[in-house]
Amino acid sequence: MELAFVIEKFILITVVFALSLVVAMYSTLAERKIAAFLQDRVGPNRAGPGGMFQPLADGAKMFFKEEIIPEQSNKFLFIAGPSLAILTACIGSAVIPWGDTIAIAGRIVDLQVTDINVGILYIFGVVSLGVYGVMIGGWASNNKFSLMGAIRAASQNISYEIPMGLSIIALLLVTNTLSLKEITAQQHGWHWNVWYQPLGFLLFMICSFAETNRTPFDLPECETELVGGYHTEYSSMKLGFYLFAEYINMFISSAVMATLYFGGYNYPGMDWVNNMLGPLWGPLVGVAVLFLKIFAFIFFFMWVRWTVPRFRYDQLMNLGWKVLIPLAIANIVITGIWITISDRI
Amino acid sequence: MESLTNKKKVLQQKPMNFWERLYLPAIFQGMAITFMHMFKKKETIFYPEVKREFSENWRGLHSLKRDEEGRERCTACGLCALACPAEAITMIAAERKKEEAHLYREEKYASVYEINMLRCIFCGLCEEACPKEAIYLDGNIVESNYLRQDFIYGKDKLVEAPFKAS
Amino acid sequence: MTLSLFYLVAFLSIFFSLLVIFSKNPVHSILYLIITFFTFTIHYILLNAQFLAIVNFIVYMGAILVLFLFVLMLLNLNKDSEPLKSNLLKIIGVIGGMCLLVTLVGSTKALHLSDPVILQAQNLGLVKNLGKVLFSEFLLPFEVSSILLLSAMVGAVLLAKREPNNA
Repeated sequence: MELAFVIEKFILITVVFALSLVVAMYSTLAERKIAAFLQDRVGPNRAGPGGMFQPLADGAKMFFKEEIIPEQSNKFLFIAGPSLAILTACIGSAVIPWGDTIAIAGRIVDLQVTDINVGILYIFGVVSLGVYGVMIGGWASNNKFSLMGAIRAASQNISYEIPMGLSIIALLLVTNTLSLKEITAQQHGWHWNVWYQPLGFLLFMICSFAETNRTPFDLPECETELVGGYHTEYSSMKLGFYLFAEYINMFISSAVMATLYFGGYNYPGMDWVNNMLGPLWGPLVGVAVLFLKIFAFIFFFMWVRWTVPRFRYDQLMNLGWKVLIPLAIANIVITGIWITISDRI
Repeated sequence: MESLTNKKKVLQQKPMNFWERLYLPAIFQGMAITFMHMFKKKETIFYPEVKREFSENWRGLHSLKRDEEGRERCTACGLCALACPAEAITMIAAERKKEEAHLYREEKYASVYEINMLRCIFCGLCEEACPKEAIYLDGNIVESNYLRQDFIYGKDKLVEAPFKAS
Repeated sequence: MTLSLFYLVAFLSIFFSLLVIFSKNPVHSILYLIITFFTFTIHYILLNAQFLAIVNFIVYMGAILVLFLFVLMLLNLNKDSEPLKSNLLKIIGVIGGMCLLVTLVGSTKALHLSDPVILQAQNLGLVKNLGKVLFSEFLLPFEVSSILLLSAMVGAVLLAKREPNNA
């Protein structure tokens, strides 16, 4: 059993890892394509049919660019920054349940790398670590703009972690568990948490925009004010790592949002489909549904990016501390009252 | 101060109501607008395959014209160089020899005629200044190059190809 | 296996905490402190205290040290030498450290290390059990500590917010 278990987990980790990299890779293409569509253009279409190989071309370009490490920088930390960024981006996928259990050749396989009973908090922790890559890289560059970007990233992430955590607390009042597997299982069919926590979902989504440094919260790399923000001094694949980490983060937070609020692999009529297709193909349809939700969220991220302009810094802080945190606390109180009343009745 | 015209409009900003202060309706409105743009006609022209037509008053590369007998019209008077606001045109005049009468229309011609395409602003003043109707900006766009010196176009590039027929 | 893992992690945490003290550059100090806290997280996991581990991870590594780093990043990168302390300060520091060492040794002797502490409930560290204990047995200290935090917060706001006519 032990060996089979290890092999099973190894395959699962490899698949999840490869998938998140591929999704992130094609997110770069999707970003450019969607930006183009929203602006009445066609986007990259020269590399391969419809621009299919554009991410490969971009990656190859990044690899062959000249590698520059500034003279006055802290060499070790300068390299550690992008490595940390991509590391923290990748490890978040470990606790997300990608699908229900499937039966292959008499074995019950769980489509989740690990089900720790503090799953949500783990993701929350990984997200809060994500800022280190940006901070260390920005500081080690020894450049004013990078430092400004790093400082902005730090204060922004700390500020938006609080409403994010508070909105998760309201969700926990509803679900009574921290395990992502159980949370997903509770949302069977159409009982998605977003119906019970609409305000919580809105807060969580805004905060995840801020945590992934996406427009309108991309102040750490704000080109118009800070040249390139924290990655001003970066070139070649180290820059590529930073950009790539952003897309992986986007993928992971889309997956988290889909899992926490939009039912993960659950969809209306799943029982009927599972009965029709049996224990192998039924859950795989669920996986496809989850990925559909994730792609919808990624599209939403990009759609917002090409619609809403960037916040000013004081607006960002005002929104975080004076609007989102009180709203999140109010959400907790409302949820608590509602649960107490519905328990009495 | 009293305004001289009555075109001035004093803009009065009303305090925003609740929904405006919420910003969310405005954001959703904007997102709806950008979403509609996804289905609009794409404006892209696929350049090397499809070329956009030049307008009628387009001014492109210069060409030095020939007359009906295939002789160069330019007489190196220097009016174009004088008119040029960017000082892009230089020329060296030379006297026509007996046997060159079929090459140049006037007795004086430009042995060297250079236009620096990096300086040229394509204003068309040379075209207007020319008394001999020798220079026209009727060409294409200037081709790209790696070296600055390659943008100095001499007579080899400027003079119109000689007529083939007759 | 668990014991050797413990020794490895314990060695790492002591090693990195020493590096925190000895590194000249304050930013490096903070980065070593982050690694030290990470080894603490591993300790908690080894003790089956998942909730504490993850809270340590989020609060200390993810929030408090980010703030530390935030402050220290405003220092100049190129100056890693701090001004020398006077001899008097050094002597006072040595005496203070020795006092702390004596107290620690004395207290460990007084505690009778020989009888091993046995964990009553194996799963005490899990969220459900921890929450039940916190909200029944230790309700009063829990609420008192929340008041303490609130007063600290109000105090910080008061300090940060100057009176309008003074500014």
